[in-house]
Amino acid sequence: MKSYLASRFVIDRNQDRCIHCRVCVRQCGFDVHSYDVEEDEIVSSESRCVGCHRCVLFCPTGALTVRSNPLSYRANANWHPEAIEDVLKQAETGGVLLTGMGNDKPYRIYWDHLVLNASQVTNPPIDPLREPMELKTFLGAKPERVEIDPATGALVTPMPPQVAIEVPILFSAMSFGSISLQVQESLARAAGQAGTLFNTGEGGLHRSLYRHADHAVVQVASGRFGVDAGYLEAGRMVEIKIGQGAKPGIGGHLPGEKVSVEVAATRMIPPGTDALSPAPHHDIYSIEDLAQLIFALKEATGYTKPVGVKIAAVHNVAAIASGIVRAGADYIAIDGLRGSTGAAPKVMRDHVGIPIELALAAVDTRLRQEGIRHRVSIIAAGGIRCSADVLKAIALGADAVYVATAALVALGCHLCQMCYTGKCSWGIATQNPYLSRRVNPDIGARRLTNLLRGWSHEIQEMLGGMGVNALESLRGNRLHLRAVGLNEHEMRVLGVRPAGE
Amino acid sequence: MSTHPSSLNNPYGDGKVIDACSIFGVMDRSGACFSGDDAIAAIASMHDRGNGLGGGFAVYGCYPEFKDWYALHVMYMEGGVREDVEGYIDGHFHLRLAEEVPTRRTSRITDPPQVWRYFVSREGGGEPGESDDDYVVRQVMRINTSFKSAFVFSSGKNMGVFKGVGYPEEIAEFFCLDEYRGYIWTAHGRFPTNTPGWWGGAHPFNILDWTVVHNGEISSYGINRRYLEAHGYQCTMETDTEVMAYALDLLLRRHGLPIELAATVLAAPLWSAIERNGSPEAALQRTLRQVYASLLMNGPFTIIIAHAGEMVGLTDRIRLRPLTAATLGPRLYLSSEESAIRLVAPQVERVWTPLGGQPVMGRLAEAACWNAGDVA
Repeated sequence: MKSYLASRFVIDRNQDRCIHCRVCVRQCGFDVHSYDVEEDEIVSSESRCVGCHRCVLFCPTGALTVRSNPLSYRANANWHPEAIEDVLKQAETGGVLLTGMGNDKPYRIYWDHLVLNASQVTNPPIDPLREPMELKTFLGAKPERVEIDPATGALVTPMPPQVAIEVPILFSAMSFGSISLQVQESLARAAGQAGTLFNTGEGGLHRSLYRHADHAVVQVASGRFGVDAGYLEAGRMVEIKIGQGAKPGIGGHLPGEKVSVEVAATRMIPPGTDALSPAPHHDIYSIEDLAQLIFALKEATGYTKPVGVKIAAVHNVAAIASGIVRAGADYIAIDGLRGSTGAAPKVMRDHVGIPIELALAAVDTRLRQEGIRHRVSIIAAGGIRCSADVLKAIALGADAVYVATAALVALGCHLCQMCYTGKCSWGIATQNPYLSRRVNPDIGARRLTNLLRGWSHEIQEMLGGMGVNALESLRGNRLHLRAVGLNEHEMRVLGVRPAGE
Repeated sequence: MSTHPSSLNNPYGDGKVIDACSIFGVMDRSGACFSGDDAIAAIASMHDRGNGLGGGFAVYGCYPEFKDWYALHVMYMEGGVREDVEGYIDGHFHLRLAEEVPTRRTSRITDPPQVWRYFVSREGGGEPGESDDDYVVRQVMRINTSFKSAFVFSSGKNMGVFKGVGYPEEIAEFFCLDEYRGYIWTAHGRFPTNTPGWWGGAHPFNILDWTVVHNGEISSYGINRRYLEAHGYQCTMETDTEVMAYALDLLLRRHGLPIELAATVLAAPLWSAIERNGSPEAALQRTLRQVYASLLMNGPFTIIIAHAGEMVGLTDRIRLRPLTAATLGPRLYLSSEESAIRLVAPQVERVWTPLGGQPVMGRLAEAACWNAGDVA
């Protein structure tokens, strides 16, 4: 069938600069560039270009420019180009449109409407270069109060398992399968070096990464891939994955062609078979079933580590979170509308769920109203782009945040949203060994630790500016936030006052 | 204009009231009662640290003849409300004595409220299992939130808070404090920046026999307040001092922690110090900090906390506000400035600057405790 879709990108090759070295041919995972031996000429098939810039950045002579196709549709505020192109794609394939990464639609980004405070005169800012500035955070349920034996002065209160992290930023769930082993190793090593955790995602833990398991959140998802006693035993925390911000309400599907021998061994399934995660856990049809799974996992791990639950941010998130706390979870991860994915139906990614800022504020408020906030840590996920976003999330009430997209961008991801194809030119979202070896875990870990170090310094500067020297003094401290350009309903949900008031 | 405490104390609706100040405390650890002359002279010497928009004193041991009765000090900002409040008090307490607090007309105190005191005991009411103290706290909160223009600002036994708008030495003169005797005196001169000054907003802040005088601005106020609200406290004053007082009430009275550990919560040791500390105490410190993270008072503060038989000075953990301590015989002095101590006790034996986050404690000797408040 003749495709009626125009190329998204135009590739300009400066022939004066091109030395026919064929780097672009080798670098492109999507076979855009090819070398014509007879003509001694490199040709580019623009229709395949995803705009990931791998060839542009690796061209030794800077001969390539990739830009958006200026193709001008007749102006139409309703039938914008994406709407037209999606119809064309479906008319040509009859399928569900797939995509990768997070929601790219212009929903309001609340981070960009919240501003932070700083001290002037009446209280002094604190200089993090001269004074201690503590970011250490403990994840896990806390008792409501501390009890001391009045006779001996000894601590009576038993403390549930706690996990200390040096920075309030964890790497979010990305399974081996959705990303390469090299990328997961980079994340694991960086987590270890920075004193935080990475998350295995629902794909199990490859045997070569067990040495990093003390920095792993091991996920138990509806497919139960890679879950056995050793896996649960090895992880620092256990996470039941109920939902994902990029695709609330549906499961996952790793196509058989990506299930390599190593992926298969790690997931404990036969090579080449589709790895299907059902939409619900087949043993969880209500909150009491979740409580059973939480305690089954606590029993399996001897009550030595926090067991948390990850949910997508949906309309009733506050009530759901409250139920999860009462079901015994030690932490709740909430993944917002802009959370990423390796593969999801585009329609789900772009239209289901609510922004993390609102979900986080609603959950923190509700748990405090019910007097159960201390019983869980909250990890906010989905759309954290910089250290200011991290700090704003903490001021809204998060104990820590999960980042995934930012970590992948640190490793080279240019957000072309083609993760689901397995052809990632940056070697990130692929199992093709020719591509995946592009990420060197030594360098990958260094890029990631650099990112965390940079963000930590920035967080310390901002905290010091606000006049506090411990992160816990900002947690849930919404007086340090003000809203710019939000309406009253939004400010009420966020629990923040307008700037100037 | 509404006369709800928050609107009086924080008329512009700022996030909270911002102020700074001078503080002073003196205690006789033998329990001997003495006049307020030294405390008044000392706080007056730090006149420039305040701006005349608030001054106050707490006196312990001042009502020996009523030492088993809760002394409720109530200010009435408008006439007419007193009958309603007195009706409420009569209906919820056994009233031993009601009297107007003696005051002196002075030229510099303008438009004072009527101030009355009521010596009361619980009258068998309340919820099952509720202690007398809990009952009194609940009734004080009830009066302060439901009666317009009436405010209970002192509610302990054998102690009293005297405070208002003015410099502390003017307040002392107004309330005739030269005629009172006590074994602990704490004093405060206030420099608020965003309130015109309201009588109830002056320090000391009080609940039961606990008082706090405070110099500082708590940058963690937002979360301290949210945490306390989740524990049933109503932060009607919108001040740092209020959250400080409620935090102490929660830790000391409701959670039964000794004051040394409460100080560890308010000015928590650094994680690195906890980790270096190999003693069993480290586990306790870690647990306290993990559980009470939201009560860490972060930002500059110095406080003097007092209750029956005890006076404690504490600064924030990196000591961003001043505190000097000194001793002379049984007397313990705490002050924003050393000069104020030397003014009233030129022969002090020991003067020192306490480390950040480390409390300075003054306690009555065990035997003296029984006599606390008896006129020596």
